[in-house]
Amino acid sequence: MPPAPQADTPAGIRFDGVSVAHGRNVVLDGLDLTVEPGEAMALLGPSGSGKTTALRAVAGFVRPVSGRVLIGGRDVTDLPPYRRGIGMVVQQYALFPHMKVAENVAFGLRAQKVPRAGIGPRVTEALEMTGMAGYADRHPRELSGGQQQRVAIARALAIRPGVLLLDEPLSALDTRLRSGMLAELARLHRELPDVSILYVTHDQVEALTLADRIAVLDRARLRDCGTPQDLYRRPRTEFTASFVGTANLLPVTVAGGTVRFAGRTLPLPAGGAAGAADGAAATLCVRPHLVGLGESPTGDGATLRGTVTEIQWRGATHRLYADVAGHRVLADVRELRETPVPGDDIALHFAPDDAVLIPAGLTDGGAADG
Amino acid sequence: MLVHSRRARWAVWTVFFALFLPLFALPLLVIVAASFATGWSGVLPSGATLAHYQDLARGDSLDALITSLLTALAASVLALVAGTWAALAAERLPRRVRRIVDGLFLLPVAVPSVAVGLSLLVAFSQPPVLLNGTRQIVIVAHTVLVTAFAHQSVSAALARLDPAYEQSAAGLGARPGYVLRRVKLPLLLPSLTAAAGLCFALSMGELSATMMIYPPDWMPLPVQIFATTDRGALFAGAALAVVLMAATLLVLLAVSRIRTRASYR
Repeated sequence: MPPAPQADTPAGIRFDGVSVAHGRNVVLDGLDLTVEPGEAMALLGPSGSGKTTALRAVAGFVRPVSGRVLIGGRDVTDLPPYRRGIGMVVQQYALFPHMKVAENVAFGLRAQKVPRAGIGPRVTEALEMTGMAGYADRHPRELSGGQQQRVAIARALAIRPGVLLLDEPLSALDTRLRSGMLAELARLHRELPDVSILYVTHDQVEALTLADRIAVLDRARLRDCGTPQDLYRRPRTEFTASFVGTANLLPVTVAGGTVRFAGRTLPLPAGGAAGAADGAAATLCVRPHLVGLGESPTGDGATLRGTVTEIQWRGATHRLYADVAGHRVLADVRELRETPVPGDDIALHFAPDDAVLIPAGLTDGGAADG
Repeated sequence: MLVHSRRARWAVWTVFFALFLPLFALPLLVIVAASFATGWSGVLPSGATLAHYQDLARGDSLDALITSLLTALAASVLALVAGTWAALAAERLPRRVRRIVDGLFLLPVAVPSVAVGLSLLVAFSQPPVLLNGTRQIVIVAHTVLVTAFAHQSVSAALARLDPAYEQSAAGLGARPGYVLRRVKLPLLLPSLTAAAGLCFALSMGELSATMMIYPPDWMPLPVQIFATTDRGALFAGAALAVVLMAATLLVLLAVSRIRTRASYR
């Protein structure tokens, strides 16, 4: 048995065809994913997508039916949780209610038999890092949700893990606290460049803000993986397009360097139809904030004509819902002086470079589903 | 309070006292009154004397009280250890197997305690395990009878314990033994003390199985109360019963103090 990774050693995580099943119910299906040392990876997906299961497989709380989990290059699939060298923060924090804050943070160090003299400074360090130094003598029940969250993170960091597992760590906080903690987590990630972070969330804002890369899961499978910008600007599946940000997804037919949609020809960005055969069905993805009101001002732009079905004022923007040949198209436009009313005929446009063609083979429910 | 109107609240209180007083409180109060009485010809005992208690102090009642306390202490400690151990071990079993284990533990409660006493007597009257006529058989019988309650109480508490505590601890590098010692048992402490109190109280009052097996030099208080009243000394028996109640209540109060201090939320 090789020794456990030393504290402070950068350690990545690798999922090597990891499948998890409860009886016949497959909850994670052949996950292949690598988290580089020091990288923050968000596992993003709706509930039941398998993202928490993936995290629990790293922690050692579920056993894969096939595949391997590696931490820092070491196969940990058969190791119990306490030998994996991880730090973990669970959804409800699970601070030990019978211990004070300092004892909670010291727990991992005591459990791992760190010499007594070394415990105090590391507890202080972890509490300072999370801004909780003044609360060492409190009991968890005397703390607010946000403070408990910080202590839970301090407790996980005190053992100086190579990998930090965060299971929906902000889901129990209210919106305002959440954005504050999000900034804190981003700061921690900058300050601890050697710690790999695996962050499970169903909230795309959290994933976009915090992660170096995002892995999108749906129905037990990895659907997409890339940097936040990548997934947002060039989603490879319909699921990614609609789950990361909001998207207009138009069913189109490929026709040379253009696509046909509802009897119209729409242009594509250069190379946008690469790999898609003529006549193939595909999906055109355009973000609502890239859709403008009126005819396309340039000759190469795309123009859609439809009827307004609903209009919402959102402060700085108006969101228009239009019906274009039976398909709903959303447009987020800068606040309008004169707003159209439902029933009005309108024209909407977008630039070719702002559209992404998603070939049908990669849409969910298609070939990717196997 | 679910009842809002004042009149309905009065009605509820009236029903409560109408049921509680005659069924629960009055019989106990009559026993207390009888323990100080010299005669009982009317509705209530009459006369006032401390003679019964003075007699108790002189006789072998003190021995019986100590016997009861020691038996109850030993039985509850043994039951708590066995019940907790079994509950912790059963936690990992498949649900169906766990149900069978639960059933086995409940068996001594389902079987009449006279039968439990008799079966222990028969089983341990022959070598290799010869316990008949020893003090140990009384403690064994009480342990068998109360372990079910310890096991039930700890299993229920374990089922309520959020698995996130155990998992967080394991995720922080704590081995199972350390998790048990530093996290699970402390969190279970309120239930453990409650279970201990229940076992103790049940053992203090146990009569029917004890009657079958007690040796002459290890007579618990309930047996003496029975023997005393059986030979017609009603007031002396009442005094013994008051002592038994008081001793049990005192111990339960002490245990509940530990429990209050041990509850964290």
